[in-house]
Amino acid sequence: MMKRRDFMQLSGLGLGAMLLPASAVKGYAVTPERLMEPGADVAFKKRMADIALNTTRSKGATYADVRIGRYLNQFLFTREDRVQSITNTESYGVGIRVIANGTWGFSATSDVTPEGIARCAETAVAIAKANSKLQTEPVVLAPQKGVGEVSWKTPLTKNAFEVPVKEKIDLLMKVNGEAMKNGAGFVTSNLFFVNEQKYFASTDGSYIDQDIHRIWPTFTVTAIDKAAGKFKTRDAISSPMGMGYEYLDGLASEKISGPNGLVGYRNSYDMVEDATLAAKQAKEKLTAKSVQPGKYDLVLDPNHLGLTIHESVGHPLELDRVLGYEANYAGTSFATLDKWESKSFNYGSKLVNIVADKTQPHTLGTVGFDDEGVPCKEWDLIKDGILVNYQAIRDQASILGAKESHGCCYADSWDSVQFQRMPNVSLAPGTEKRSVMDMIKGVDKGIYIIGRGSYSIDQQRYNFQFGGQLFYEIKNGEIVNMLDDVAYQSNTQEFWNSCAQLCDQDDYRTFGSFFDGKGQPSQVSAVSHGSATTRFNGVNVINTGRKI
Amino acid sequence: MAILTQEEAKKIIDKVLSYSKADEMSVGLSGSRTGNIRYARNTVSTSGETNNLSLAVTAVFGKRSGTATINEFDDASLEKTVRRAEEIAQLAPENPEYMPMLGPQKYLETKTYAESTAKINPEFRAQAAFDSIDPCKKKNLTAAGYLEDTTGFSSFGNSKGLFGYNKATSVDFSITVRTADGLGSGYAIRDVNDVAKLSTKAATEIAMQKALASSKAQALEPGKYTVILEPTAAVDLLENMMRSMDARNADEGRSFLSKRGGETRLGEKLFDERVTIYSDPTNPDIPGSPYAGGGGGRFGGGGGDGRPQEKVVWIENGVVKNMYFSRYWAEKKGVKAVPPPSGFIMAGGTQSLADLIKSTERGILVTRFWYIRAVDPQTLLYTGLTRDGTFFIENGQIKYPVKNFRFNESPVIMLNNLEAMGKPERSGGNLIPPLKIRDFTFTSLSDAV
Repeated sequence: MMKRRDFMQLSGLGLGAMLLPASAVKGYAVTPERLMEPGADVAFKKRMADIALNTTRSKGATYADVRIGRYLNQFLFTREDRVQSITNTESYGVGIRVIANGTWGFSATSDVTPEGIARCAETAVAIAKANSKLQTEPVVLAPQKGVGEVSWKTPLTKNAFEVPVKEKIDLLMKVNGEAMKNGAGFVTSNLFFVNEQKYFASTDGSYIDQDIHRIWPTFTVTAIDKAAGKFKTRDAISSPMGMGYEYLDGLASEKISGPNGLVGYRNSYDMVEDATLAAKQAKEKLTAKSVQPGKYDLVLDPNHLGLTIHESVGHPLELDRVLGYEANYAGTSFATLDKWESKSFNYGSKLVNIVADKTQPHTLGTVGFDDEGVPCKEWDLIKDGILVNYQAIRDQASILGAKESHGCCYADSWDSVQFQRMPNVSLAPGTEKRSVMDMIKGVDKGIYIIGRGSYSIDQQRYNFQFGGQLFYEIKNGEIVNMLDDVAYQSNTQEFWNSCAQLCDQDDYRTFGSFFDGKGQPSQVSAVSHGSATTRFNGVNVINTGRKI
Repeated sequence: MAILTQEEAKKIIDKVLSYSKADEMSVGLSGSRTGNIRYARNTVSTSGETNNLSLAVTAVFGKRSGTATINEFDDASLEKTVRRAEEIAQLAPENPEYMPMLGPQKYLETKTYAESTAKINPEFRAQAAFDSIDPCKKKNLTAAGYLEDTTGFSSFGNSKGLFGYNKATSVDFSITVRTADGLGSGYAIRDVNDVAKLSTKAATEIAMQKALASSKAQALEPGKYTVILEPTAAVDLLENMMRSMDARNADEGRSFLSKRGGETRLGEKLFDERVTIYSDPTNPDIPGSPYAGGGGGRFGGGGGDGRPQEKVVWIENGVVKNMYFSRYWAEKKGVKAVPPPSGFIMAGGTQSLADLIKSTERGILVTRFWYIRAVDPQTLLYTGLTRDGTFFIENGQIKYPVKNFRFNESPVIMLNNLEAMGKPERSGGNLIPPLKIRDFTFTSLSDAV
C-alpha cells in the first residue's frame, strides 16, 4: 500500500487518472533498440563484485553483498485511437550492503568502475560504523552457504523487448477498437514490460547472475450515459505475470469458460476478447440493480480473491510488520508471535491452506535466488486453517528459531536497500472435483464477484472492505442478474473462517500486483497470488450508492 | 554539484538547444540531494543520501515527439542525447493532441527555498532521530519515525525562448509512538520548506500524548456521527477531491463534476456556502512551484509544460469556480489553460481545535485517516479507517478513546454537512482547517491499534 504522495501522476504523458509509483519509472530514457542490447558480461561483473567485497572486508565489514543491476522498462499507453506515450528506460548501477560493528550500512553508485565501486564500498562501511552508535539490536544473520557461480532466467519463449513496438501498438489499437465498437465511450490500454538483469555476489561465496522478466497488459473501459449523468468502468481481468510476450498469445487451452459468457484466463491472455466483453459489461453496469445490503454467501473469482489474499494474509504475515519495523507507515500486524507460538490460532477454516513460494512457474515472485543470495523455495503459512509460519529474511530467521531464511529479500533498484518483501502467497485449491458452476448451484443467496476493485484494510489487518469489477446476484443456485454498488466488509479471521468451499485445480489461476508499495522511502515489488474460485458464507455486504 | 545556479543551468540548456535539428526542442535540467533517516523499535534502521542531476531532451517533428535523458554533461554526451531524442521522435507515432511549445512566460516569485534545509547533514538527521527516540524511551514508549529532506532545483528552456528556474527545499517528518502493551498508538506528521520550523521533539511529544490517551479504547456502535477532523485527517479526502477537478473528465461525462444531460457543474453551488478553496503559489505558509510540473508540487506532473502558476479560486462560497485543463483541452474549449495547483488552501475560521471540541455536545474526534481508497468515482465515495487516536466527545469534553472505525463517505457530502471550521494549518503542502462535520458515516469497527 502506498500513500498518494509516493505516486507520480504521469499527466505529462497524458495519462489522466493513471497513477504510477514514482519509483517505478526510475532510470534514463533510451531507444527501444537499447533494451535489446546485452549488458555487461558476467566476467566483468564478477571482477567488479570482487573489488567491492575485498574493499569492504579490508575496511572491517564482517559481511557484504553486492548487487550490480541493470533495470529495463518499456511502458506503452494509449487511449481510443491514439498512442499517448511510449517510455523506454534503462537504469544501471551497483548497491553495496555491509555489516560492520553488528550494524547494516548501504551505499550505491552509478559509477560501475573499479574506483567508483571501491569508493562506494568504503562509504557503505563508514555508514554502518556511524549507525552502530545508535544500534541497540546487533544484526544476527541466518547462515547461507555460498552457491558458487550460478545463473537463473525467467523461462519464456518471447522476450517482450524483441517484439517490435509497432506490433504492440497494433494490438492496443485493436483492443481499443473492439471496446469502442462494443459500446465503450472511452478506453485506455497499457502494456508494461520489465526486465531486471541482476548480478549478486556476497562474502559467503555466491556469484549469481539472473535475468528476470515480467509483463502486465491492462486496460480500463468506460461506458457513459450522458443523459442520465452516469458512468461505469470495467478494468481488464488480466494478471501481471513472470512471463514473456507469449502471455498475450490468447491460447484457447488456457481459457476457462464461466457462467454468463464470462472467460477466465490462466497462463495465456486474450486481450482483445477481454476488452470486447468489458465494453458490453460496462454498458450493462449502467443499468445494473443496486444491491440490497445484508449477509450473502460470496463466490469469489481468483482474479478478485488474489487481492483479498494479498491484503489479509500476505501483508499481516510479513515478519518485519509483526516486529514493528513498519509501524510508522504500513502498520503492524494482528498476527503476533504469540498466536503463531500457540500452534492453535485459527486463521481460517480447515479448508484454508495458504502457501508461500518463490518457485511457481509464470508468477511474479518466482526467481532463482532472492536479493541476499538465498535459493528460493516453498513453505506453508497456514496449514488446515492454523497459522504456522511467516515470511522472513536472513536477519529475521533467528527470531523464528529458523536455521535458514525464507528467501524473501528484494530491492526494487540497484540504489535501493533490500528488505523483506512478500513472496507469492496462494490459497491451495480444493481436492474434490468442483467447477464454478457446481459451486454456484449450491448457493441460495449469494454474489459472484470478479476482478480487482476498491480495497482498504486497517494497519493491523483486521477490518477490510473490498469491491470488484463485476457482481452477479445468485438466487437458489442460479445467477439471476448483474448487481451494482457492491462492497463487502469483514474481519480477517472471521472471513477466512467462513471459507466454506473450494473449486479444484482446473479452476486455479493467478492474480498479481505489479507495483506493490512498502517501506520509507517507498519501494515497489511484484507478487502473484493463486487460487481457485472459493466460497465464503454469510459475509456482510454494503451498498455503496450515493447521491451528490 | 547537484544544485546548479540559474546561470549554470541556463548555460547548459542553451548549449543543448544549439544542437537541435528538430522543429521544436525543450530541455529540462534538474538536480537534487535527498537524505533520510528511518527508525523503528527505538533504533535507527536505515539512513542514506542520494544526489541526482539529470537532463531530459524532448525533440519534436510535426506532432511526433521523443525524449532522451542523460546524467553526463560533456559536450559530446549532450549532443548525443539530442540526436537520440530526435531519433526517438522520428520513430514515434503522431500525437494528435500535441500542442506547440510555449514561448517566454512571466513567473511569480515564490519562497520555496530555505538555506537551513540545504545545510542538513547526516549528524543533523541523527540528532533529529535522537530527539524523537529519546523521550519515548524514557516513558517506556516505542518510536518509529521517518525524516526525509530534499534540496533541489529545476530548470527548463525551449527553442521558443521559454526559460524557468526554481530552487526548493522540503522536509517531511512523521512519527508513530506506540505503548509497550500495544494498546495505544499516536501519530504526528509535519512538512516544511524551512527545517528551522520543525521540531521532531515537539511533534513526537504530540504523538506520545496521543499514544497514551488512546490506550484501552472502548467500542461505540458504527453509524452517523458528528466528527471533528484534525487537518491531518481532513487533508487526504480534500486532496482526493481537488485531484478530481480535471475539466476534460468532467466534459467527457466521467467525473463527479459531470451531470445529467452532459453538462458540467461549473458555476453550480455544490457545497455549503462557507466552503472556499483556492491555490496561491506565493502563500508564505505553503510556497509552491512558480510553474506547473516544476517539482515541489504535491500533485505531481501537472503537465510539466512551463505554464505559470497563479492564484486560482477553485470553489468560492460553495460554488465550483474553476477546473484544471491540459493545454490541448483548453484550446479545444476556447478557455484559459489553468494548470492543476501544487497545493491548495481551504479558507477556515478563527477557532482552535479546542474551541471546536468545546462546542460539541456529542461527537468523535478523528486525528488521522488511513488507507483511503475510492469506492465510486461518480460520487467521490471513499472508504478508509481512523487510526492512531480516535476519541469520544461529550458535552464539550474528550471523554474516552474509542476503537477505530471504517468510514464510507464522500468529501462532497461532507462539505455539505459542514458545522464549523477552525484555523487552517499546513498539512501535506496545503492549508487545511480542522473541520466539524455532522452525519459522517462510519460503517464498521476495527480492532486495530
